[in-house]
Amino acid sequence: MIVELGHFTLILAFAVALLQATLPLYGAARRDARLMALADPAAMMQLVLIAAAFGALTYAFVVSDFSLRLVTLNSHTDKPMLYKVAGVWGNHEGSLLLWVLALALFGACAVWFGGNLPATLKARVLSVQGMIGAAFLAFLLFTSNPFLRLANPPMNGDDLNPLLQDPGLAFHPPFLYLGYVGLSMSFSFAVAALIEGRIDAAWARWVRPWTLAAWIFLTIGIALGSWWAYYELGWGGFWFWDPVENASFMPWLIAAALLHSAIVVEKRESLKAWTILLAIIAFGFSLTGTFIVRSGVITSVHSFANDPERGVFILMILATFMGGALTLFAFRASALEAKGLFSTISRESALLANNVLLAVAAFVVFIGTVWPLVAEMVWNRKLSVGEPFFNAAFPPFMILLALILPIGAMMPWKRAEIGRALRPLRGALAMALALGLLAFALQTGKSALGPVGLALGAWVVFGALTDLWQRAGRGALGEKLARLGRMGRADWGKATAHSGLGVTIFAVAAMHAWAIEDIRVVRVGETFPVGRYEVQLKEVHQEQGPNYSTTMAEMVVSRDGAEVVTLYPEKRVYPVQAMPTTEAAIDYGLTRDLYLVIGDPQEGGGYAVRAYVKPFANWLWGGALMMAIGGLLSLTDRRYRLAAGARRAPAAQAAE
Amino acid sequence: MRALILCLLLAASPALAVQPDEVLPDPALEARARQISHDLRCPVCQGETIDDSNAPISRDLRLLVRERLVAGDSDAEVVDYIVARYGEFVLFNPRASGSGLLLWLAGPAMLLVGGALAFSLTRRKPKLEDDLSEDEQARIAELMKE
Repeated sequence: MIVELGHFTLILAFAVALLQATLPLYGAARRDARLMALADPAAMMQLVLIAAAFGALTYAFVVSDFSLRLVTLNSHTDKPMLYKVAGVWGNHEGSLLLWVLALALFGACAVWFGGNLPATLKARVLSVQGMIGAAFLAFLLFTSNPFLRLANPPMNGDDLNPLLQDPGLAFHPPFLYLGYVGLSMSFSFAVAALIEGRIDAAWARWVRPWTLAAWIFLTIGIALGSWWAYYELGWGGFWFWDPVENASFMPWLIAAALLHSAIVVEKRESLKAWTILLAIIAFGFSLTGTFIVRSGVITSVHSFANDPERGVFILMILATFMGGALTLFAFRASALEAKGLFSTISRESALLANNVLLAVAAFVVFIGTVWPLVAEMVWNRKLSVGEPFFNAAFPPFMILLALILPIGAMMPWKRAEIGRALRPLRGALAMALALGLLAFALQTGKSALGPVGLALGAWVVFGALTDLWQRAGRGALGEKLARLGRMGRADWGKATAHSGLGVTIFAVAAMHAWAIEDIRVVRVGETFPVGRYEVQLKEVHQEQGPNYSTTMAEMVVSRDGAEVVTLYPEKRVYPVQAMPTTEAAIDYGLTRDLYLVIGDPQEGGGYAVRAYVKPFANWLWGGALMMAIGGLLSLTDRRYRLAAGARRAPAAQAAE
Repeated sequence: MRALILCLLLAASPALAVQPDEVLPDPALEARARQISHDLRCPVCQGETIDDSNAPISRDLRLLVRERLVAGDSDAEVVDYIVARYGEFVLFNPRASGSGLLLWLAGPAMLLVGGALAFSLTRRKPKLEDDLSEDEQARIAELMKE
């Protein structure tokens, strides 16, 4: 009964989305206040209806209702409760339901926080959101219905893929989807602005928080996924340039570009057309990502759907929205005349360079991802593009970006001099070079990767600190500190996020350059060296988990005779899916992670054991977290909390 | 139940990536083998390198790479040997020749085009006469009258 109710509310949500997509838009064209006002309740109702459907599906998973096809395919009574709930979105249908739930949530947020928007803009924004909602609800209902029943329900289910039964992965999709879907707001604002035919500082001030929120969610989602791969897949890799990872990385890069170009629109009313285009492309990459993940067109580790019908449907959605928006852009962009002019050396130019580099980087990821498809269609060649290509083709743009970042961040608007911007950065530059040289002197081997990564990361971090210090102005230390304390959150956010990028750059280089790996057969009781540590395989025994059996090893790590930690790596087997997983045991540390994996018993006795020392692994997630926190600080800046100030209309008071 | 689990264990037991018995005694050769197998794709998996893959064929390929290295092949010869048998599909690092050149040049070309466009944007001359819209000019005229 509850399941049928959920099915029904989902269909109702589709009907409401159709109304929301059309009537307010028509109303905005006719200046009909009553039709425009329909958008608000429609958006709220969509949230309520889709939340109800999602709740019904969650209920079915929690009580293990195996008459539901989806529950049978993805759940099992023995599964821990967390994964019963996470199983709701651990599959194609459920994850799409989560997608539309996130969409409805953003629509409702536009109503909650959109009191100060001009009526026509708001109606149009919500209409475009309604169109996206209608398209995806149709996709859900017609090709991927989660509420289908089974005529003969089985006694128990097939269980969720054991790799997905993990806290990191349980929360990875929701964050990623909030990010993907958040970009739909930027898209809706862009399309609404094109229909309105005007873009000003107020528009940019409106669109930036949504982009920022989406970008924060994407950052956290990507970091969670990467962290999961690091500890779960059993060899400590954190990024594989898998098509599905790329699908989340491209919108992240474009959203980062959009964040920065929106600042130029907000402060200088320049780069308008470009910003609109970025907003459209950002959502385009979100849809492309959804297409890649959901269609299985590029088979990869994550693709669990492999159905051409669905792929074609998403491709049609993609073509309709991108084609429509870009056509509108072609007709209207010329009307978006820039106001603020700027010289070749200026803050605007630096931000433009940031945009070009991020966009080109996203393009490189894109072309590498789709290249196998292109090659097969055009030249009938079956080839692969993977890590070596991306590791060679992508970083140059990021290195350039990191090099110009601290300089650009110090430049004044309109007209700047490189020499003047560089002068306060001399200290940062010296520190970065010194650290790089120090690392080169200390490391074994002659690889330049580690030292260069350290110098580059330090340059970005110290550059951000220098920027903060400069902003504190002149005067005594006390005065400067007081000024720092009073500084807006946007400034702190900028420094934090940029430092986070620097930390991430360093960590990526360090993990690639300085990791130690050891693979060998170890008998119980034996000790072997890994880097500066000695590891003893003390014992191996069998245990039973709630829905798996496990081979658990006890391994003692010591250094110079003193015990550091005892770790328990496992090898699990989930009998329902007949799938083994490795559970690495990791000792997390500030400067290194110890990463131990127990493998199969060997013929001549002993076990295959892998041991790694991963340098500065935590800095990677720390850097990503800093970027997210920086975004959050910026998002809570005064000027967004008081976004009403952007448009000093009397209507603003009425709406409060 | 125990027996069943044991059966499953044996049936599904993966050869987890590089096994200790595959490792070459010569560390220099082994390092080259790792480097090569890091760029080769497992032919039956979904986007894994043979270095990371658990599939039996990946183990065969890893052993093949090492066999060729011990026989005295250069890195390029080993890769050619494998590509001749399994096709260019196994290359994760597509060759920068022929149509593959397009892939490698796409990024730098984009940067040049984007950079040129951006540069031209900063070189735009101000159009003074268009600075004010008609509305604004009317408003100025109004203000001047007051």
